[in-house]
Amino acid sequence: MNDINPVISCKSVWKLFGGNAEKYLASMKKGQSFEQIRQAGYIAAVRDVSLDIARGEMLVIMGLSGSGKSTLVRCLSRLIDITGGEVKVDGQDIMDLNERELIDLRRKKMGMVFQSFGLLPHRTVLENVAFPLEMRGQDRHDRRERAMEVIKLVGLEGREEYFPRELSGGQQQRVGIARSLAIEPDIWFLDEPFSALDPLIRREMQDEFLRLQEILGKTIVFITHDFDEALRLADRIAIMKDGAVEQCDTPDKIVLNPATEYVAKFTEEIEKSRVIHAEVLTKPINGYKLEGASISADATILQLSRQLIGDNRDILPVTNKDGVLIGGMNRQEALNVLLGEN
Amino acid sequence: MAIVETRLTGKIGSLTRLQITQFLFGLAIIFAIIKPLLPEFLVRIPVEMILPYDIWLQTLFDFIKDDLGLLTVTRGISSVLEWFLDITANLLYGKRRWPNIGPVPWVAIAVVAAVIGFWLKGWKMALLAGGTFVWVALIGQWKLAMQTMSVIAVAAPMAFLIGLLLGICAWKYPRFQRAIMPVLSILQTLPFFTYLLPAVIFFKVGPTAGCIATIIYAIPPMVLMTTLGLKKVSHEVVEAGHMSGSTRWQMLRYVYLPAARTEILVGVNQVIMLCLAMVVLTAFIGMPGLGAKLLSLMNSLKLGRSFEIGITIVLIAVTLDRLSKAWVVKQPEHFERGTSWFVRHKLLIIGIIAFIVSIILAQFVQVADHITRKQDLSMGKDIDNVIRAILANDIITGVTDWLRWFLITWVLIPFRNALLWLPTGSVILAMAAFGYFVGGRKSALLVVIFFGVIALTGWWDRSMITLYAVISAVILATLIGIPLGIAAARNPKWSEPILLVCDTAQTFPSFIYLIPAIMLFSVNDVAVVFAILIFATVPLMRYTIEGIRAVPSELLEAADMAGATRNQKLLKVQLPLALPTMAVGFNQAIMFAFFMVIIAAFIGTQDLGQELQKTLAGNNLGKNFVLGMCVSLMALAFNHIIMRWSNDRRKALGVG
Repeated sequence: MNDINPVISCKSVWKLFGGNAEKYLASMKKGQSFEQIRQAGYIAAVRDVSLDIARGEMLVIMGLSGSGKSTLVRCLSRLIDITGGEVKVDGQDIMDLNERELIDLRRKKMGMVFQSFGLLPHRTVLENVAFPLEMRGQDRHDRRERAMEVIKLVGLEGREEYFPRELSGGQQQRVGIARSLAIEPDIWFLDEPFSALDPLIRREMQDEFLRLQEILGKTIVFITHDFDEALRLADRIAIMKDGAVEQCDTPDKIVLNPATEYVAKFTEEIEKSRVIHAEVLTKPINGYKLEGASISADATILQLSRQLIGDNRDILPVTNKDGVLIGGMNRQEALNVLLGEN
Repeated sequence: MAIVETRLTGKIGSLTRLQITQFLFGLAIIFAIIKPLLPEFLVRIPVEMILPYDIWLQTLFDFIKDDLGLLTVTRGISSVLEWFLDITANLLYGKRRWPNIGPVPWVAIAVVAAVIGFWLKGWKMALLAGGTFVWVALIGQWKLAMQTMSVIAVAAPMAFLIGLLLGICAWKYPRFQRAIMPVLSILQTLPFFTYLLPAVIFFKVGPTAGCIATIIYAIPPMVLMTTLGLKKVSHEVVEAGHMSGSTRWQMLRYVYLPAARTEILVGVNQVIMLCLAMVVLTAFIGMPGLGAKLLSLMNSLKLGRSFEIGITIVLIAVTLDRLSKAWVVKQPEHFERGTSWFVRHKLLIIGIIAFIVSIILAQFVQVADHITRKQDLSMGKDIDNVIRAILANDIITGVTDWLRWFLITWVLIPFRNALLWLPTGSVILAMAAFGYFVGGRKSALLVVIFFGVIALTGWWDRSMITLYAVISAVILATLIGIPLGIAAARNPKWSEPILLVCDTAQTFPSFIYLIPAIMLFSVNDVAVVFAILIFATVPLMRYTIEGIRAVPSELLEAADMAGATRNQKLLKVQLPLALPTMAVGFNQAIMFAFFMVIIAAFIGTQDLGQELQKTLAGNNLGKNFVLGMCVSLMALAFNHIIMRWSNDRRKALGVG
């Protein structure tokens, strides 16, 4: 996250739907609300969004339906042309690319997973997974081999000759995931990949997804309408409403300090101690001397609950992964989080 | 002044649609009552006001044909087509042309058909496909059938290709689509004689012209289905294609077309069926085959042989329809990895082996190669006698004679005379009232223009005769078809088989329906109306059943829980919701009727069809086209009104 050059960087990106949208946007006054724009006859799907996504980071874009999250991710991959602003991928403004270059970018760097899978019904699992490779003209043998590799990776070995309709929803999405990984993309877009699945399978697929990300370490833009899912997966969450990003921050901080009322509504119902890690509550020691056993920075407050209740120190020493002391955590504050009192 | 104006417009604005409709309709009635007082141009367009469309068109056609050299182009096309037709003709019935290897023995073709049937849908289909060809051979109509098939074998792929390309263009370029859609709807309503004459003039008589007419006739549904299918491809599949880095060509080839497979194959099914329907009718321009034989047999009232040919045509139609429909729903099946090529292509290999074996067999066994006249099992004469015996039965002749008398004296003649007596202005106003009621000002205007053009062509009386046959037949069909449909829909045990029968009957080439009509009523107006009647009853029944069955079961349960009786449920719930669908059936019935009434020309009607048929003998393209447009415009006017109503109603009910 300390990478100076973000993989994807968008600056005040706008997407308006409606005739002559660019002209309208150019002449539009600043600070127009979604409603005002709608009264002018345009739908503002994306409103002045600026985001940087660092290499290896997982950014989850969270919003209810119609909040513009799907449109935003399509702007990042230029499935939709933006109306205003700038989207850079590895420093290259993607709106400057011609058709050939855009196709090239997608063939080399991008993979995408869709909510209802977007599988080609007339192709077997293997042929679906090999499709992007076929498009870029890889020879038959090569692409078969590579496709088999990813099929194994997502655990569909033995099903490679099946057709999509012969698979369950979860399995179909595994095919979608395998296909998006076939070209070894740097950037991985996932548009509500698990929303069409039933809750048990969804949970299983999330675990599977975290496992894959552990191995692959891609830069990920993940769309969801499920706040729990966002909290579970994200390095950072961007919460969208009416096309604009309301808040973009780590899960801990969003839960601890919601920036707007809208965000607060989501966090209200969340059991904060599950989300918040000791690190967030840790403060510099300022010369205090701390005694006794230390706690780990990446433990959640819930995991620490027994200790928090049993301990009688006011400040607990916190150490990071390498065992280095990074500061102290106020026990009272942590107990407040645990009991849901602010 | 301003005040007066606003009050005036205010008053017009406040008139309801119903009031305006009543006003227009009232005016139509007044026109009829005061006919003697009406100015002449409202009764009939006077001769000197009739515009010589036919001469203008003829000049235009001549200009295109000769001065622009279209004739050389079309003759060029026809020589290419002829080359293809010669190949299929040689292979199927041994016409002495390159490649000079035919004819393929009938056993070989029947066996291959059976294997294809098995591949597509198992034993039953194999039996149907193989059995059809065995029947054709044994009944002694192999050559006739193969003459017909040889044209279909060329026309269907051509129509498919052209339709597919046009469909892709229409999908890709909305402007092209807007331009082509009206042309397609005119093509779909033009009477087939209007296809035939240009085909003859531009592409010579015989198979080539027949083939061209067939191709053009079969293209429209292919275009529509292709566009529909491509538009329906799921958003995400398209995006997945883009994200996989497909170029435009790759998108079309690997994403859009395969994903639209179902609709495209439905288009193929329609192409094949329309090809068969048309190719039978090309008998009228001297195209040999089943149609020509049937035409001559019916003209000489050889009912037994007509009956046999009818069965052949029906069997071929059902086979082609079922095979292509099975292809639509056939999904690829996977083989485990490492399955050998031979296992994967088991049926292909069996097919090839069976084909070769039967060809070898045919070298040694004459019956397997071809059936001679003495060997065939045709019983034309016997059937003839049986039919005549049955028809001579007192009860049947009593019924048909009475029906004939009743229909002619009490329904057909009075109605026809009434239509002919009505002033043109009256008819147009009444149609405008309909149009206004359904679709407002725009529809009324459209209908007025359509009928106005007909009046101006000077073919008003002939058009009214056509219209009379259509309307009386469709009304009778409605009186029969809708109650039957309702009765069938209320009994689940019956609705399935009756739907199947209707579906099957709809695949028959329209020509077939004339056979029973002529058998029962011999050659006169009643036979025409009767043929239209059965032809039009089928869609009416079918859509009635489908409409009623499509009513959501929750609504029926709600009605049950509200304590509705069976009849209340039917009248208050099922029928209102089924009406839009039933209207589609009614529309189809009218379109079918317009088609059929023209075919019936050879029985000796006095309408547009008769005039159209006469033009076939000469090369008066202009007149042919004007007559064709008259039929087309009437059909389009009805089509517009009914479909508009159906769609509005559907929207109002919130069902689709």
